[in-house]
Amino acid sequence: MYQYDGYDQQMLDDRVKQFRSQTQRFLKGELSENEFLPLRLQNGLYIQRLAPLLRIAVPYGLLSSHQLRAIAKISRDFDKGYVHFTTRQNIQMNWPRLEEVPDILEQLAAVQMHAIQTSGACIRNVTSDQFAGVAADERIDPRPYCEMIRQWSTFHPEFAFLPRKFKIAVCGAQNDRAAIRVHDIAVELTENEMQEVGYRIYVGGGLGRTPVVAELINPYLPEKDLLTYLEAILRVYNQLGCRDNKYKARIKILVRAMGISAFRNKVDQEWALIKGGTATLTDKELARIKKDFAPRPYETVDVLECNQNLNQQSQQNNAFAQWLSHNTFAHKIDGYSAVTLSLKRTGIATGNVTDQQLEAIANLADTFSFGEVRSTHEQNMVMADVKKSDLYLLWQELFKLGFATPNIGCLTDIICCPGGDYCSLANAKSIPVAESIQRTFDDLDYLYDLGNIRLNISGCMNGCGHHHMGHIGILGVDKRGQEFYQVSLGGDPSLNTSLGIILGPSFSHTEIAGIIVKIIDTYVQMRVEQESFIDTYRRVGITPFKEQVYDKAD
Amino acid sequence: MTKLIKNNQVVEDSWRLISDKNITSVTDLAQSEHIIVPLKVWKSCHEQLSQKTTIGVWLDSDEPPTLLADDLPNLPLVAINFPVFSDGRGFSYADTLRRQYQFEGELRAIGDVLRDQLFFMKRCGFDSFVLRENDTAEEAMASLQDFQHAYQGTADNSEPLYRHR
Repeated sequence: MYQYDGYDQQMLDDRVKQFRSQTQRFLKGELSENEFLPLRLQNGLYIQRLAPLLRIAVPYGLLSSHQLRAIAKISRDFDKGYVHFTTRQNIQMNWPRLEEVPDILEQLAAVQMHAIQTSGACIRNVTSDQFAGVAADERIDPRPYCEMIRQWSTFHPEFAFLPRKFKIAVCGAQNDRAAIRVHDIAVELTENEMQEVGYRIYVGGGLGRTPVVAELINPYLPEKDLLTYLEAILRVYNQLGCRDNKYKARIKILVRAMGISAFRNKVDQEWALIKGGTATLTDKELARIKKDFAPRPYETVDVLECNQNLNQQSQQNNAFAQWLSHNTFAHKIDGYSAVTLSLKRTGIATGNVTDQQLEAIANLADTFSFGEVRSTHEQNMVMADVKKSDLYLLWQELFKLGFATPNIGCLTDIICCPGGDYCSLANAKSIPVAESIQRTFDDLDYLYDLGNIRLNISGCMNGCGHHHMGHIGILGVDKRGQEFYQVSLGGDPSLNTSLGIILGPSFSHTEIAGIIVKIIDTYVQMRVEQESFIDTYRRVGITPFKEQVYDKAD
Repeated sequence: MTKLIKNNQVVEDSWRLISDKNITSVTDLAQSEHIIVPLKVWKSCHEQLSQKTTIGVWLDSDEPPTLLADDLPNLPLVAINFPVFSDGRGFSYADTLRRQYQFEGELRAIGDVLRDQLFFMKRCGFDSFVLRENDTAEEAMASLQDFQHAYQGTADNSEPLYRHR
């Protein structure tokens, strides 16, 4: 991963000093709540239902074991001994004390971590594929580009007070695992006919109240022009984005209002002024960043022998066999696998991990995966570089820790926001809904038979749980003070992006698991052969599901 | 006279801001020295005002610098108003004035200017700052030095950090 030099570190240290002074001014009454608001937000600090919430940036999901241990210690010393992994690959702490946040940030800075721009109307943490650099289906490693975007967007003086938050996602594989086209800017790495690296750029995607799939603005942007082009887009948005209504302030609304071709023209005009200028990337800089993402010192593994052993271990142990087929992912190096740690064990709030578990994961990462882990937008964790001959040993350890639930990609691998249990914006609780569905679908063989189904839950229409992108989406709504849940079908986070369509009137908490059963039953009745849920839905449409769910005679 | 920060120092303000955009008679103004007039007034009384060398113009947050492009080479001062601190359009306007139009006069931030924004404003090309009422210029000076380094090339230093790493 990227190694900080003196410049990077000094910027973090200066930020801690600055925020310490701002916090002191606020506590002394020299800064009003209103004035302190944007300052604390740009340091990831929300005031929530029960306590402040601190959102710590995990740049494109990469964490070293060293950083994990620091997070564990901080959560123990300053919080309640657990953290929450979010759908933007970040980490949240739910119970810090405002006056201690500068100390937390100081301890984070000591391990090259921070909470810079994790909230507020600015450019947020860039997100990416959790299998970046190792996926067998990858064309180009997105991590160096993520890092260049991270540095460019960090403390960008012109874009700290945008009309609204701004999210950028990058992917470089055949399959998009970062849902890039529901971001304000999506960067898809590509090559032109001459095999020169560049980017396909989409703009104006987003979730929230008005979900929109980003539109193509540039089919091929040369590699070195990345930052000037992003700057041109941001400069247009900063000047023309709506500022008097926060529900119309995202770039998606501007792009829609202008139309993509008028927006593209405007960006091209701005870009012409800076294209080829000093912000153009250099060979030296590309090489400097890329060297930190060079391939690991992989060992040569006897693949044949390894596979024989795995087969044998699978035959002897069904739980291992299930885990092997669902929680490991094809690596570009023969003899290696990427392993997903499921944070979706029934009875545990989605994405929550305790301090001791973090330390145990750090130790396992040191032993089995070059001391690095990743967070995923589906709220799981990944060890990206595990030797196949170590898989059985690692599985045993993960099983003991409770991270070996073999449900990755299944119906119970639910994306779920913290919801009304924690969040002051939520209309309804989401964690208990996820749990009720996980309890209902507890037969693994049945889950495997159902295949890949993405079920996402948000406690309000801000959509942190990406409900629009779920094959099945659940949205908490408030109906005369009661918590209800609206169901949508047909969302798809892959590059074949689509947004879910609302099934019909909403349901109470006690009904929801039964409704999911009806939806799944409909799929099972309608599917042909190995057809996936989303393919069946696309073939038959929403009507059969509607009829089954709202059948009056039932 | 109010105090402001100019070229990294606290100084007395020698300019007078005309905030009323609806002035129609400029006879008085045309005789004044060191006044900063609203864009609308500058436009409507262009003939009289542009004769003078000691008149500046202020832009509101919905008035991009292109509206002033032709006059920029002769203006000693342009001010950009921040109606609320969270309206960040002025940061882009400053960059455009400095880098696209090569404006070399004084570029002043006025309105709801928070001391915590000064470092970013300076980087975008502002060189003078009239702080909002409850911030004092003396205390705010420290904020200009909030960070020792920055990643991006901007109006005050066009080289991004990586060009000398």
